[in-house]
Amino acid sequence: MDGLKRGSAAIVGVAESDLGEVADGMSVIDLMAQGAKRALDDCGLSLKDVDGLFSATTQSRLSVLALAEYLGVNPSFLGSTIVGGSSFEYHVAHAMGAIGLGLCNVAVIAYGSTQRSVGRKQASVREVNPYETPFKPFLPASAYALAASRHIHEFGTTREQLAAVAVAAREWALLNPAAWEKKPLTIEGVLSSRMVSYPFTVRDCCLVTDGGGAIVVTSAERAKSLKKAPAYVLGCGQSVTHASISSMPDLTVTGALTAGKAAYAMAKLGPADIDAVELYDAFTINTILFLEDLGFCKKGEGGAFVSGGRIGPNGSLAVNTNGGGLSYCHPGMYGLFLLIEAVRQLRGECDARQVKNCEVALAQGNGGVLSSQATVILGTQTAL
Amino acid sequence: MPSNQDAPLKTYLVHLARGELAYQFSPAAGRAVFYPRMLCPFTGSDRLEWRISKGLGTVYATTVVHPIEGMPFNVALIDCDEGFRLMSRVEDIAPEQVRIGQRVRFRVHQPGGEEPPQPVFVPVEGA
Repeated sequence: MDGLKRGSAAIVGVAESDLGEVADGMSVIDLMAQGAKRALDDCGLSLKDVDGLFSATTQSRLSVLALAEYLGVNPSFLGSTIVGGSSFEYHVAHAMGAIGLGLCNVAVIAYGSTQRSVGRKQASVREVNPYETPFKPFLPASAYALAASRHIHEFGTTREQLAAVAVAAREWALLNPAAWEKKPLTIEGVLSSRMVSYPFTVRDCCLVTDGGGAIVVTSAERAKSLKKAPAYVLGCGQSVTHASISSMPDLTVTGALTAGKAAYAMAKLGPADIDAVELYDAFTINTILFLEDLGFCKKGEGGAFVSGGRIGPNGSLAVNTNGGGLSYCHPGMYGLFLLIEAVRQLRGECDARQVKNCEVALAQGNGGVLSSQATVILGTQTAL
Repeated sequence: MPSNQDAPLKTYLVHLARGELAYQFSPAAGRAVFYPRMLCPFTGSDRLEWRISKGLGTVYATTVVHPIEGMPFNVALIDCDEGFRLMSRVEDIAPEQVRIGQRVRFRVHQPGGEEPPQPVFVPVEGA
């Protein structure tokens, strides 16, 4: 098995669709199409160049068909892997593989959600798990709260340390004009907010917004002649450890450990080489778990690591530079936005929140209840 | 025509209705399997034996759900002594009093109506 070839494909176009609270009547395919058009404009390609199409959403049963029809394209390669919020990191690896095999050359990966407008209950089908549903966990929050309870028990992590993750995300969001949250947040503000599922208050939990977007992936060769500097795909890795939280082997160790190792090996890089770290922060514990599992600190030390502003705009490690799912936007499945921000950081397009000399960025997609982890490491020409 | 197998969930619920917490044991893996299924996830073997738990376990993880309406309640993951884990809740004490490492004992909760019985846990006295 040869696997994917480091740097053989690149993300060349990125765009968000409308975000936050979208116009009345907007569909998820409307948002995907809007994102696709903007992402293609971003790199100077057009719909006639698109021969690979990927999408995932909880609001359209056969979304990639709906999107192909809407766009008027007949792509030779389709992908609709849906594993929750990390679907789009999987799509990047799948697009890279397809491009490498010559099955397509220009792939659009799109997402859309109107969960804020239609309500969370309408945005995804309620699924009954006869071994969990009777106990009424408030999912997904309670699943992550159970993981947090273990982290607190085993390592002495505190609610203040969890809150520090939300505060750092808010500080970054205040530098991002596209972010939903516009007001400062303090640790005390997090702790005193409405309790959702202990130890999480509503400020430990991601936003509920509408939104979508798209990215364009093509071969490294094609990428060279396009409008903007390519973000080369240097490494990819995936891991599935469970689907339901009661089947997660160890609640303090996520599949990001395995996914990250695979991505680092492919990229021939390690945590010390990463300039911008974009982690799927559905809940504050995520950031701590992923920083540990991806090797930015030791297992159990994540709580101390995120404290004292270390991962904020003035800290030593740039984490979730767009404000994250906690403060920028979280339209149901957030994984695509990690890739969009990583690419923008590598291009130097981030103005007030720009990470200096950003050559390598990591996106850690998370799906389900810490279930499906996918790591994508991107780099500039210098890092290639 | 050979008869079709019973659904694992059905067998589990029949035991629960009798007041038994049933789980599967995989001889090939030499360990417990839960939730009940058709194949052992450790070996792929379809030879799974039904066993009845002694009903003793330890709280592995715990949270208190605060619904917008209604009283807070406990949701916990329990590690049973036979080596399997399940989602449940600890009753008879305040939800925030449930702690990781606490010893607990199984009992059946009958929600009534059409709802199937549920395995819940209570603190082991003196533990």
